[in-house]
Amino acid sequence: MLDTTALESFPSLISHGINVAGEISAPPSFQLPNSNDFDGFVKETIQMVKPAKGTTTLAFIFKEGVMVAADSRASMGGYISSQSVKKIIEINPYMLGTMAGGAADCQFWHRNLGIKCRLHELANKRRISVTGASKLLANILYSYRGMGSSVGTMIAGWDETGPGLYYVDSEGGRLKGNRFSVGSGSPYAYGVLDSGYKYDMSVEEASELARRAIYHATFRDGASGGVASVYYVGPTGRKKLSGDDVGELHYHYNPVTPSTVE
Amino acid sequence: MTKQHANWSPYDNNGGSCVAIAGSDYCVIAADTRMSTGYNILTRDYSKISHLAEKCVMASSGFQADVKALQKVLSARHLTYQHQHNKQMSCPAMAQLLSNTLYYKRFFPYYSFNVLGGLDSEGKGCVFTYDAVGSYERVGYSSQGSGSTLIMPFLDNQLKSPSPLLLPAQDAVTPLSEAEAVDLVKTVFASATERDIYTGDKVEIVILNAGGIHREFMDLRKD
Repeated sequence: MLDTTALESFPSLISHGINVAGEISAPPSFQLPNSNDFDGFVKETIQMVKPAKGTTTLAFIFKEGVMVAADSRASMGGYISSQSVKKIIEINPYMLGTMAGGAADCQFWHRNLGIKCRLHELANKRRISVTGASKLLANILYSYRGMGSSVGTMIAGWDETGPGLYYVDSEGGRLKGNRFSVGSGSPYAYGVLDSGYKYDMSVEEASELARRAIYHATFRDGASGGVASVYYVGPTGRKKLSGDDVGELHYHYNPVTPSTVE
Repeated sequence: MTKQHANWSPYDNNGGSCVAIAGSDYCVIAADTRMSTGYNILTRDYSKISHLAEKCVMASSGFQADVKALQKVLSARHLTYQHQHNKQMSCPAMAQLLSNTLYYKRFFPYYSFNVLGGLDSEGKGCVFTYDAVGSYERVGYSSQGSGSTLIMPFLDNQLKSPSPLLLPAQDAVTPLSEAEAVDLVKTVFASATERDIYTGDKVEIVILNAGGIHREFMDLRKD
């Protein structure tokens, strides 16, 4: 069953002429094309839409909380459509989501998740857990499985049980873990992240590790670049720790030493 | 049984380019007026710009039938908003509405590449750029459409401002004056017309500032 809470219901134009806006008469649904070949049609629209793929995002749990980092490049085929995309989405003051895959899919469903989390708070008089929030998102995405949306996200936050990190994707997968990297640059980020990771790191060490992992991924992956953002989620909420242009980070990690001319 | 393929497509591309630039107290939105299909020109005098709210203007290129439908939906929603809230929609609010409207047709998209320009609640210029299914971002300048790959690098060269993602945060609004920005837009369209067959004829330039809205046209090559 599709999750239709995000959709508006449009009044039927056929039966009663003009409806006053706000009256719900028709069941909510996504408009679908009248096509014999829905799969082929969807495939073509995906090509036309060409969602922004190519990205590097990562998140890991350590002693002090959760560290989340991402690049900021959006590419449409070979064209860089933006170097300043916000790939770390603030769902609420103590939970972050990362964006990989279709930009519109991630933006829309993370915003919807934020709304659902707030409704949960109002209905239950307590904050939703990271487990619960990730499950809400996973269930929504599962209901749209196979329809062509592309979402590879990590939900990171701090709740009553401490730090929480889940990986959720549009295939319907949901994994709990301590360390994840998602996107075309993830193999490079994993290399740096896995070799430098220790559970007992300070916030400074962890943020430097996260930043370096993103930098190395942007260096080797053409579809990643822009600004490396690093966020921290701890018991007091989320905080942005750094935002550095990776072009400048290159010279920070590889300083130019003046060479002597013979 | 072989899969049946459709013998027609509901989409077409009418070409054209759009640009928007945000300044400290103004916003310039421009689009050419050529409407094409394939190698034919349908008309040299078609406006791709729509004045959605008092301080909010949208320019869209792509499939103009979908653009027209989108403009009508947004216009109707804005009217409802005015009835319910007794005020005009702000540009950031319209930006979110456009994003949601586009995403509601995620599985049968509006083939419309939009830039939204206007003044935010502080009177500063703001530009929002979209893809066809609603992902959006506030930026200092943007271009969409068939000439965007030609125009964007030039705007990056002239206007590139520090990314809003940098920490410590740096001011991202372009330091250009309104007259300089309009001049830049005219230059950009003249150049794009040289190398993009779908851009040309005339450029329609809309300037939004505290004094209101001002529209001007400039002739471009008609070949």
